[in-house]
Amino acid sequence: MLKHFSTSVRLTILTVVFFGLAYPFAMTGLAQAIFPNQANGSLVSASGKTIGSGIIGQLWTKPQYFHGRPSAAGKNGYDPTSTGGTNLGPTSKKLIASTKQAIAALRKDNPHAALPIPMDLVTSSASGIDPDITPEGAYYQAPRIASERGITTGSVNSIISAHVRGRTFGFLGEPRVNVLELNLALDRAVLVSATPAPRHR
Amino acid sequence: MSVVGWLQAVVLFLVVLALTKPIGLFMAKVFQGERTWLSPVFVPVERFIYRISGVREDEEMPWNTYMFAVLAFSAVGFAWLYLLLRTQAWLPFNPQHLANVPPALAWNTAVSFTTNTNWQFYSGESTMSYLSQMAGLTWHNFVSAAAGIALAIALIRGIARTTVKTLGSFWVDLTRACLYILLPISIVACLVLVMQGVPQNFHAYQTVTSIEGVSQTITGGPMASQEAIKELGTNGGGFVNANSASPNENPTPFSDFIEMLLILLIGAGLTYTYGKMVKDTRQGWALFTAMSLLFFAGLVVVYWAEAAGNPLTHHLGVLGSNMEGKEVRFGAAASALWATITTATSCGAVNAMHDSFTAIGGLIPLINMQLGEIIFGGVGSGLYTKLVFVVLTVFIAGLMVGRTPEFLGKKIERREVTLAMLSILITPLLVLVPTAIAALIPAGLATLNNSGPHGFSEILYAFTSTNANNGSAFAGLGPNLFYNLTTGVNMLFGRFAEVIPIMALAGALAGKKAVPEGSGTFTTYSPVFVALLIGTIVIVGALTFLPADALGPIVEHLFSLQGKTF
Repeated sequence: MLKHFSTSVRLTILTVVFFGLAYPFAMTGLAQAIFPNQANGSLVSASGKTIGSGIIGQLWTKPQYFHGRPSAAGKNGYDPTSTGGTNLGPTSKKLIASTKQAIAALRKDNPHAALPIPMDLVTSSASGIDPDITPEGAYYQAPRIASERGITTGSVNSIISAHVRGRTFGFLGEPRVNVLELNLALDRAVLVSATPAPRHR
Repeated sequence: MSVVGWLQAVVLFLVVLALTKPIGLFMAKVFQGERTWLSPVFVPVERFIYRISGVREDEEMPWNTYMFAVLAFSAVGFAWLYLLLRTQAWLPFNPQHLANVPPALAWNTAVSFTTNTNWQFYSGESTMSYLSQMAGLTWHNFVSAAAGIALAIALIRGIARTTVKTLGSFWVDLTRACLYILLPISIVACLVLVMQGVPQNFHAYQTVTSIEGVSQTITGGPMASQEAIKELGTNGGGFVNANSASPNENPTPFSDFIEMLLILLIGAGLTYTYGKMVKDTRQGWALFTAMSLLFFAGLVVVYWAEAAGNPLTHHLGVLGSNMEGKEVRFGAAASALWATITTATSCGAVNAMHDSFTAIGGLIPLINMQLGEIIFGGVGSGLYTKLVFVVLTVFIAGLMVGRTPEFLGKKIERREVTLAMLSILITPLLVLVPTAIAALIPAGLATLNNSGPHGFSEILYAFTSTNANNGSAFAGLGPNLFYNLTTGVNMLFGRFAEVIPIMALAGALAGKKAVPEGSGTFTTYSPVFVALLIGTIVIVGALTFLPADALGPIVEHLFSLQGKTF
């Protein structure tokens, strides 16, 4: 019986070296060689500075940018070191209250929105760092963006539709828009059209 | 529900179906010691491991020795992880300078990963050093999965062999499962996941400033290598707190598809391995069929409930499916599919927060675990639990026709039925009693995130999940000393108290003589048998757990229809 413990200890040491060290090290080497961008977190730069990750959602509050979903990650939301959802159940008073609050805030921020309120903009994501909103969630915000930037809603809509990612292979997942990508495109488009963005608020 | 939503479930199922035979056949070859295309690479490695560990390749163990080896190896693995977590602050690969894990949490986590549960009372991104993630958790993901596969193979040998006392060698089965099955698939899967965007690095977290000037800390680490084996080994312990809902662990709908496939792959393949090793593949396909029917029955309900959405939110004028605790890229369909898969198996990884599912959407994951995770199941554990139900079904069928029951040419007698029942009855004891206690004492109620029936569901889900070695959670339930200790004990018994009678059963079956099949022999691959097997599973599960489920999700559903909140 003692022999089993000695075998266990030796096998543990060997397998820790193989599967706990060599395997992740080798995979890191391979990943860094073949897919360095993804392996390092899909970082995104603008004007020479790293401004975020293409796969991680960020907190957006300024009216001239598209906003993401409510987030329960960290104190202010969108904290990748504190991921998670609200974990509130369907009959939770707190959930209903916070949904009401989100609806009111959305209406206040988007007085000219003509579309129905999209579900994703009033519910917290699972990770708290959801990088996407639904296309409906983006179109809903278009009139606000247009008025803030002094461009037409039509041109905002066309930027959105250029950045909608459909279902993978036509059937996996759901259509979505990456908020960071969309906001970068928005800044670029405004620069290109060279219209000075009037700020009225 | 939509046609597209169903299409991803059906395509995933067809891919699993197509891979079941090749992977099952490959596993049968590996565990019968035959040459495979990977032998040239791994035979030398295997020999090296045996030489250093003092293992004889041709050693044969009786059931109790096999079981003792499993326990000894698990004890050493537990001690290693506990030690690692308690000392990680002083060890390398800790760029965030994370502190040593406190004793109660380290104990709970060490039990959790040793038992293939991967219940997590911590947030990985702010608790675990890279060394703990790799040499502790990733390593456990390999060996606890391999131990599960080994146990299933030992039971299959018990069924297939006649008049012998031995079931093979645990050391050899463990080594082969790791080397030939888990490692190669993990390597490929890891690279696919990196391609999709899962990080794989050793950097310290990077602080960036967004366009709006908000500071954000981007996490990193060797995530993809852990993610691959976490799903393949049906472990389910996330690198980060949000688990596979986090875009770090699961960035795209395609990575989601791959991860779901990994979760199902070995559990499905083992049904074929079983058929092959008992020399009648119809036996394996009968189990596969029963599993598939139960799988789709659960999926229909979860998908329907989540797509229909929360009536209380609809009253506020926002229509659509339930998106609370879900990611946009997955939506209701992929989240419902994942929830069904992760609880049909003993995986427990999540791509949405089950705590925020609708009442009925959350009921099905609970039921899947209460049925014993026999729908494809955990790697190995799914098959051995299912085979216990097969023995019970054969016995019930024997009672119906008044004949000594036989199973693959072996008489099922008092000892076998006693052992099978013992293993089945341990589950409700370990789920319902602690749930009742927790619901009555302040320590059990102190860390709930929800009140009313949903709070009770959080408790019931915690003990169901830990006992079933699943590890998914109604994650609002927070840790305290009471839950660290009780769920830890529950995980230990859930794994080992269940498996000891099963191994005794394997030993009893191996020692039996084969009796020739007669005209009155009940075939264990016919549609009638499949129906009877499903009936047995559902009746045992429903009779045991329906009253408790009624107090949680079922009553909550009725309240949600009335618009009552808590």
